[in-house]
Amino acid sequence: MTTYNLLQNYWWLIMSVLGALLVFLLMVQGGQSMLIHYGKPDKRALLINSMGRKWELTYTTLVTFGGAFFASFPLFYSTSFGGAYWLWMLILFSFVIQAISYEYRSKPGNIYGSRFYDTLLLINGIVGPVLLGVAVATMFFGAEFTVTKSNILNVQGSSISQWGPKHGIEAIFYWKNLLFGVMVFFLARTLASLYFINNIDDAEVNASQRHLLLINAGVFVPLFIAVVVVILTSPGVGYDDGGNMEWVAYKYLKNFLAMWWALVILLIGVVMVLYGIGKTLMKGDYKQGIWPAGIGTVLVVLTLFWVMGYNNTAYLPSLLDVQSSLTLRNSSSSEFTLTVMSIVSILVPFVLAYIAYCWYKMDHRKLTSDELDQTDHKY
Amino acid sequence: MEELINVVDWSRAQFALTAIYHWLFVPLTLGLGVIVAIMETIYLKTKSEKWLATTKFWMTIFGVNFAIGVATGLILEFEFGTNWSNYSWFVGDIFGAPLAVEGILAFFMESTFIAVMFFGWKKVSPKFHLAATWLTAIGASLSAFWILVANAWMQFPTGCEFNPATMRNEMTSFAAVALSPMALSKFFHTVLSAWALAGVFVCGVCGWMMLKKRNLDHCWRSLKVGAWVGVIGIVLTMITGDTSAVTVAKYQPMKLAAMEGLYQGQEGQSIVAFGILNPSKQAFDEQDPYLFDISIPYGLSFLATHNYKAFVPGIEDIIRGVSIDAEGNRLNTVPYDERMEHGRQLQELLAQYSTAMKSGNTLMTDSLKGTINADFKYFGYGYLDAPEEAIPNVPLTFYTFHFMVTVGGYLLLFLLLALLFVYKPDILNKAKWAKWWHILAIITIPLTYLCSASGWIVAEVGRQPWTIQDLMPNKVAISDLSAGYVQTTFWIFAVVFTALLIADIGIICKQISKKSQTNLDTVND
Repeated sequence: MTTYNLLQNYWWLIMSVLGALLVFLLMVQGGQSMLIHYGKPDKRALLINSMGRKWELTYTTLVTFGGAFFASFPLFYSTSFGGAYWLWMLILFSFVIQAISYEYRSKPGNIYGSRFYDTLLLINGIVGPVLLGVAVATMFFGAEFTVTKSNILNVQGSSISQWGPKHGIEAIFYWKNLLFGVMVFFLARTLASLYFINNIDDAEVNASQRHLLLINAGVFVPLFIAVVVVILTSPGVGYDDGGNMEWVAYKYLKNFLAMWWALVILLIGVVMVLYGIGKTLMKGDYKQGIWPAGIGTVLVVLTLFWVMGYNNTAYLPSLLDVQSSLTLRNSSSSEFTLTVMSIVSILVPFVLAYIAYCWYKMDHRKLTSDELDQTDHKY
Repeated sequence: MEELINVVDWSRAQFALTAIYHWLFVPLTLGLGVIVAIMETIYLKTKSEKWLATTKFWMTIFGVNFAIGVATGLILEFEFGTNWSNYSWFVGDIFGAPLAVEGILAFFMESTFIAVMFFGWKKVSPKFHLAATWLTAIGASLSAFWILVANAWMQFPTGCEFNPATMRNEMTSFAAVALSPMALSKFFHTVLSAWALAGVFVCGVCGWMMLKKRNLDHCWRSLKVGAWVGVIGIVLTMITGDTSAVTVAKYQPMKLAAMEGLYQGQEGQSIVAFGILNPSKQAFDEQDPYLFDISIPYGLSFLATHNYKAFVPGIEDIIRGVSIDAEGNRLNTVPYDERMEHGRQLQELLAQYSTAMKSGNTLMTDSLKGTINADFKYFGYGYLDAPEEAIPNVPLTFYTFHFMVTVGGYLLLFLLLALLFVYKPDILNKAKWAKWWHILAIITIPLTYLCSASGWIVAEVGRQPWTIQDLMPNKVAISDLSAGYVQTTFWIFAVVFTALLIADIGIICKQISKKSQTNLDTVND
């Protein structure tokens, strides 16, 4: 394997980490989707203020995920974003309306009213996870596009990436993608319940969240099993050393078998998620379930990204022209850029360390209604 | 073709709309972040609760403004992919890196420490809190640095080489990209102008409160910091503006010519202090470019080269291939019609390269590569239909440039006076015209925003038709979308962002009004 190939693999690892952290942090969206269950203003305020201290991390991870994809695999950025236009635009709109809602909802002079912003949070809470899930699912199940780099020489302005006429709408209504998206949504809600149980010191919220955890986890677990079965039985696109691509039956299952260590990590992740959920449901005073479940989620998503891109697999298969499929080899930045970015990535552990430290400092005392009454900055 | 033009126009309109909305909020974040951090530093040093109250007052406004800046900024980053997909591949190897570094180094810093800044008063130590406030402000400026590096690279592509095998530009020097003269002048000019804007904002808000005779001590405290930051900001903005002009003259002479409405340059070129453009003027038609103008002799030569005798090329000179070298000496380069020819030949060579590569003819690809790279600087001209297509919108560039400079000069005077009143408050307190000063301070806020937006219009309209200077015109950079799709999202953005702007202004005004009615002066020290 050449240095260039190693760098491409390394950057796929970074993308996997960012993607996994993003899925974990979608608990904020999951929490927003639960606002519908809380009519009392004081309880609703507790939930919103609890999530309100984390929403920027989710948002920033999404932005960094996009920026890092642009830097490391620009052909994906060019093809998926420009092609699945409506899918990405709906995702972006849902995050735009989230960004202002926390800050504006309870401020005097808020001309649209708190309920309006709470509705925006609810929309983002549902649309965000489902459609991000759909977008990631296209990377397993393929999309309708072709790539012809020499199109750039066409003075009439043909784009190098051509997508089907529905520009992402078709991806939203493909059952496999939608199944994946709905699974992510219920995962986000499950993690949100675990987070609230850990972060909010309020008996009523605690009891209601344990009840919601039972329901959401009850839906999530079968959905997750269904998604795993669908992925493992789906074909994927493989390529040889010359870059020639072809559809391969059970490609992702074969990848797990070829990368046994990824399968082990997947199983560890699944066990940790189930442990976090199970122990929280069974022990009424246990509040730390978010940590095993969160770490487990990160591990599971990591392995899904690995089988999606490693072992000579196209991470965005083309349903129209298999040779147009995007791989780590044909879509990445140059060796020089990946090297420069790799040097920058040395700072990532430092960034994670100060985020963890600040999270600890801010959350070691749990959120209560009293604290909200006393603070002069609340959502 | 007509459909294509519509897609290009709507894509440009959408990017312009979202960028201008974003820029309405960013400068206040950049400048107010520093002001709040300075105020908190004074509070920690003096332990004065009054300074704490003042810090929290401005911090609340910072928070409201920050949120909408974040919301409008998200779209911009992803729009490079959604609407400009050819561009994303053609230069993603270079352009993507600053965006990724921005995310890793700046966004996480901002988003982590802003939570501590707002919610950590009783959860972390005062020193940790102050550090968080400073890190939020520094994170915002770091973010500005990296995105301006990316923008500057589009204006002055450097540190890269075209790779015909991948059909894209690839980075060869990160330092050349990150530290190019265009990037540095753009960063300092932009961020320092944001300090000036925030200084004016503080003066304007305090002017309103003083007009209402509310919390006067709080106002004087605020003004002490706001006026200093504003004065430092505007003075340095002017100095870096001078550097920017020299940089533009060197690397984007067409933009400079459009800024001045200059069609035929000369040695010892004057600068237009005030002018009305002849609306029917076209390049090479011999009409006078101005209906009326008042000019300062030798001004443009001095501004562009620091040599009052130097030659400054006009639009027609540049199209004919006349430019200047680094010392400001007249220089003959390749005329635009020849550049177009070179560009078209390059496209043919690239097509041959592509065919040779597919057939594995390495002898052919090796021999073509050298030829392609030698002339690649003219690649974008091959897409132009006529040399005149390379002329930007002269009236828009001219008027926004002159508006920016005029208002900038006024802001220097205004902020210096504000600083004088901070140290000699009796002048203002005893003056019969004090009320008019306060009103002027309020009016100056929107004027400064218009000035700031004008600067961006000059920078972006002045470099048209290029998405990447000389290498890629807009019409080649776009995604494969229909005009109707982009038109739809344009109007959605227009409605959503306008609604958010109305909400933002409403909340900020209410916050100022409400908080100004609570007594910020009687808190015990």
